[in-house]
This record gives sequence, structure tokens and C-alpha cells, in this order.
Amino acid sequence: MGDSIIQFLETWSPIDIVLIAQNFDRFLWGALTTLQLTAMSLIIGGLLAIPLAIIRAGNNPFLNAPVWAFTYLFRGTPLLVQTYLIYYGLGQFEWIRETFLWGPVLSQAWYCALIAFSLNTAAYSAELLRGSIVNTSQGEVEAAKACGFSNWMRLRRIILPSAFRRALPAYSNEVIFMLHGSVVASTITIQDLLGVGRWLNGRYYLAYEGFITAAVLYFIIVLLVSRGFRLWEKHWLAHLYPQEAVKTKPKKGLASFRI
Amino acid sequence: MKFTKLMTSLTAAALVLAMAGVSAQAADLRVGVEGAYPPFSWKESDGTLKGFDIEIAEAVCAELNRKCVLIEQDWDGMIPALLARKFDTIIASMSITEERKKRVDFSDKYYNTPAKFVAKKGSGLKITKEGLKGKRIGLQRGTTHQCFMEKMFPDVELVLYGSQDEVFQDLAIGRIDAQFSDSIAADDGFLKTDAGKDFEFTGGDQHDEACHGPGAGMAVRKADTALRDDLNKAIRALRENGTYQKINAKYFEFDIFGG
Amino acid sequence: MDLILEYQGQLLSGTWVTIKLALLSLVIAVLFGLIGAGAKLSRNIVAQKIAGGYTSIVRGVPDLVLILLVFFGGQELANQIGILTGLWDYAEISQFAAGVGTIGVVFGGYMTETFRGAILSIPKGQIEAAVACGMSRPTIFRRVIWPQMVVYALPGFSNNWLVQIKSTALVSVIGLQDVVYNGFVAGRSTRQLFTFMFAVLMIYLVLTAISDSGLRWLDRKYSKGIVRSEDG
Repeated sequence: MGDSIIQFLETWSPIDIVLIAQNFDRFLWGALTTLQLTAMSLIIGGLLAIPLAIIRAGNNPFLNAPVWAFTYLFRGTPLLVQTYLIYYGLGQFEWIRETFLWGPVLSQAWYCALIAFSLNTAAYSAELLRGSIVNTSQGEVEAAKACGFSNWMRLRRIILPSAFRRALPAYSNEVIFMLHGSVVASTITIQDLLGVGRWLNGRYYLAYEGFITAAVLYFIIVLLVSRGFRLWEKHWLAHLYPQEAVKTKPKKGLASFRI
Repeated sequence: MKFTKLMTSLTAAALVLAMAGVSAQAADLRVGVEGAYPPFSWKESDGTLKGFDIEIAEAVCAELNRKCVLIEQDWDGMIPALLARKFDTIIASMSITEERKKRVDFSDKYYNTPAKFVAKKGSGLKITKEGLKGKRIGLQRGTTHQCFMEKMFPDVELVLYGSQDEVFQDLAIGRIDAQFSDSIAADDGFLKTDAGKDFEFTGGDQHDEACHGPGAGMAVRKADTALRDDLNKAIRALRENGTYQKINAKYFEFDIFGG
Repeated sequence: MDLILEYQGQLLSGTWVTIKLALLSLVIAVLFGLIGAGAKLSRNIVAQKIAGGYTSIVRGVPDLVLILLVFFGGQELANQIGILTGLWDYAEISQFAAGVGTIGVVFGGYMTETFRGAILSIPKGQIEAAVACGMSRPTIFRRVIWPQMVVYALPGFSNNWLVQIKSTALVSVIGLQDVVYNGFVAGRSTRQLFTFMFAVLMIYLVLTAISDSGLRWLDRKYSKGIVRSEDG
């Protein structure tokens, strides 16, 4: 029975499903690599973005200019080229290869991707958060002043928490973009989800099976991440919605299930 | 809505414009070549293709009285592109193997050279299951060498690259412990160059009949038996009239046709 | 520097390919965006669903995966359709066509959302007033919706375009000889990848800077008399 199903699939399916099934564990490992790389980049990039955004929102020209140059450079050029520059480019220099960083970090494709992705998302997140900080309602700031909050307290207790919440919807887009961008890792030898797809195609000389499998898995990941953010936004931004709207919000059925 | 109709037809027109390619005349022989595999094929600074494979391809076309159209294709997509009829034959140092024969047909071999490992001079790398365990070995994705390593040394950490040039690049700067490839490609493309002066062959010739096959052939689609026969005739003619030997002598000190 | 001059022909021809690719795919993106927005706002449930599926796929699958799929799988599909219908024997999907088509369609998905949002920002009363005046639907589109939509859509459009230019870099992976591909090949054969990749980075920076200032100029020109928050 099982054999005849396999035989049927091998003969009639336009997609080599058997081959995909045989290698599916590799795809799951690839998905894990993609998730790890994306999550780590977002954490490191996010932590970098906070001080950068505060500097960009402030008015110290000596600090502002270099940070502006950094965000402009990373936002104005493709992630692919940034990653190539770090992975393939840095190896050009003898002195970099002789530093202590070379062996454990820069000679590893994984860390090169992590550095490129983190800097990239730091640049985007910093500008996003800057916009959010600048748009903090004056009333909140004035109330804090009236209560005698110091500059630092005002930033920590009033401006940043409110800015984070308001930046959340736009930040969820940045997360999806980073997930999309992480496919670049497959071009520098990393076996991420797309890397496994390319491996499968290369190993068995296929045209599309590996890419289709990767595409479906990416789709599922993005779907889950978007749903997660939707719930998170609902929780953190509840105070910004009109009260009744929250109470009477219709339950979402499958029909309105869209990412 | 009229507007939608207008937009639909405009889009259709744009798509047709974008998709309109030039399909070659029947008399042209469209040859898929790689361009990142010295000394068999590489690209000059003005964009022209050079190398043993390129000259053999041109000699074959001349022999068949057909105009050669060389089409550059990255290695990963070589067989899919042939199957999709982007070109009619592959002349790109592709080894004749059972696995590939499931998808394409091959001419007789036009050269055969052994595969070898390359590592840093004095690395003391032992080519045994134990000696290579956990080592990072670089090679080109989708080659016979990938098949060989996965079969014979499953405990090795394989680092897969899109082109042989990238493998040499990363070997030179120490990202991988050793590389495995065709010995001629390694010798002329790397060891004899400045970047490869600190490296050497290690272990002897490696061969696995199932993976490596009888040598490099010219791949054609399975239905194209007439073209395959023509290519075989051309290869024999080039061997007999001395053209092959002339091209061979430009690149190598010995006859790479093999026994 | 000398090396870059030696390879400048390659870099320039690559840059030209990148520019052509970006502009042509922009045309497709705008067309798909308009159609998508029209479908999403129409009362036709089927059109809504199709447009919804379209934007979901574009958002759910990374563009490089789609480019690879179209280039390798699309060729096979095109050939099969040709054989089944008997209309053509072989249809070439070149690297350029795969790149332009895929990037255009992907960004059409993002443009769909931008245009939809822009149309929704137009006060309903104006459209009702236009209907009351007896304008036909095409006239309403031309005289009422379009002029305002352009203004409302401009910030989102600019953002999409800047992302789109950068996305064109991905077509180098399928071997299209754009500025990244040519720069990479040059860097690889001279073993000066940092030099060449940095040059490519600068070329992109110039392209995005030019677009950025051009779009800002347009924004100032069109948004006279319209109050909008600063964050766009």
C-alpha cells in the first residue's frame, strides 16, 4: 500500500514529494537556523538601536552626525552588499586576519551574517524609534516635568515606554523584513532555510522543489510571527484604542485571517 | 470599470515586453558555460570568457559548422537551465555520473582528471574518516565532490559554495581547513597562483566510481540523441586532427584526456 | 583605485542594468498596485480574496525565494504551458525578465497596501458629492480620487521605491549581470572583494540618495495645502 503510494507520487507528481519528505529534517534544521539568526540579529540590533535613537532624537550635533551617517549608509544600501562586504570583503585584509577576532568570529560565516544583519536592523530600528520619540505627546512630557522628573527619569519612565508601544506596529514590519532579509545568509554558505532548498536542488539537479518547500515554510513562519505581533499589539496598545472598540471588537473568524 | 481594463492591458503589454527574449536560430549551438572555474573557464576584466572549456566548445561548434552562442550560467542552475532549454548543451567540466544521467544524457568524456584535497602546507591533515572528522571542508555545491564527501566522509562539516573560485578564496584566508575538488582546477586555479603558494595537495587521488564517473562530458537533454552523436563525432575529430592537443598544450603540460 | 578604473566598464554596465531593472519593475509594481488596490476596495468578494491572497504571499515569502522560483521553475512552467496549449515551443524567461517580473509583482503587493490606504484617506463625502453631481465613475477616479491619492500615497510610495531599488541587488544571485554581480566577479578575480563591494555600496548610496531627494522634491511640490504629520 505504502509502496504503491510512493510509486504513484514518483511517477505522476510534478513535484518530487518523496525527495522532499526524505530530506524534510534538513529543512527543519534550516528553518531553525533562519529563526536563530533572525532572532539574534533583532535582539542585538534592537539593543543597539535604543541609544542610537536617543542620540538621533537629541540635539547634540557631535553625536548626531556620525549616527546619522551610520543609519544613512545602512538604510541606503542593500543588505546583500553589506553582507558580502563583511564576509568576503574583510578577508581581503591581512591585518584583520591576524587579529584575535578572526578565528572565533570573522572567519565564521554565521557571525558575519549576524554582524551584517544586526547593524542593518539597528539602523532601521533606530530611525523608527527616533520618529516615535520625537512624536511623544507634549502633554505627557510636561506632566512629567511638572511632577519634578529629571531628564533621565523622564526618558526612562515616560518617553521610552510610550515610544516603544507606539513604534510596535511599524516594528513588526521591520521584523518581517529582517526575516525576509535573512535569506541573504544562504549566499555566504550558511545552510538556512533557503540554503537547504538550494542544497536539495544542487544535490539532485532539480529546478524548483527545494525553493517551493522553502517558500511554504517561510510563509508559515511569517504567518505565525505576524499573528504573534497582532496579539502583542492588542495587549500593549489597548490604551490607545477607544474603550468601546476594544469591548465590542468582533471575534476574528477564519474568514478575516489575513497576515 | 474602464480603468481596470486599461490597466490590465497595460500590464499585459509590460509583461510581454519584459518576457520577450531572443530565441536563437536552429543553426546556432547554444552552449551553457560557467566562467568561475579556472583554468577551464574564467572571465577577463573586459567581460570575455576564457579557458579550456570555452576553447573546446568553440572548436566543437567549428567542427559541427554551427555558430556558437556561449551562455553563462551559474553552476547551481546548470542542469535545470539545460532542461528548460535555455541552451542545448553544457560544456562546463561536468562529470558524467549515474545521478545526473537520470536527468540528462552525456556525450563521451572529453577529459578526465582525478580529484584531490588541498590544505595548508604542513597541516598534517590525514585523509581518513578519523583525520577529517569535524573538519571544515569546502567544495562547490552540486558537484561530484559533494556526492563523494557525503558518501565517504559523513562526519565532515561541509561548507558549500556556489563556485570553485569562492572555495579557493575562503581556503586562502583560512575560513576552511581544506578543500576538495578536481586536481587540475586546484593546481592551475589556485596552487600555482600567488594566493595558493602556502598550500599543497594532501592525500592521493580520490575516486569513487558511482560519484565521480568516467570523466567530464558534454550534457544534452535526453531527447537530443542526434546532438549527442554529433558531439561525440566532434570530440573524436578534434582528438584525431590535433585541435584538442593544441588547446590542451595551451593550458596543461600533459594530456588531460586520460586513459 | 586603479583596479576599479580597469573594471569601470563592467561596473558601469552593471549599474545601467540595475537602473533599468529598478525602473521597469517600478512600472509593473505601480500597475499591480493600482489593480490590487482596486480589487481590495471593490465590492466583488472574489476580487477581494484574490488580492488578499496576493498581498499575503508577497508578505509571507522572501523576494529572493520567489525570484529563484520564477527563474528556475517558471521556465519549466512556461515551457509546459506552451506544449499543452500548442501556442509556443519555447518561451525564454531570461534572468532580466525573471528579475523585473518578480520584483515588480512583489512590490506591487506593497504598492497595493499603499494605494489602498491612500484611497481610504480621501473623505467619503467628496466622492458622494461627485456622485451627486452626476460624474461617471472614470471621471470621479480621474478628477477626484487620483489627484488626492497621489498626494496621500507619496510617502508610502517613496518608502517602497527605496526598498525596491535595494532589492534589485538580489537578482545577482540568479546570475543577472547587474552591478553586484559584476562587482563580485571583478573582486573575486582580483582578490580585492572589499574594494569592489565598497564601490558597489557607494553606487547604491548614490542611487538611493538621488531618488530620495527627487521624491522629497515631489512631496514638497504636491503636498502644498495638505497637513500631514511629520513621521512619513
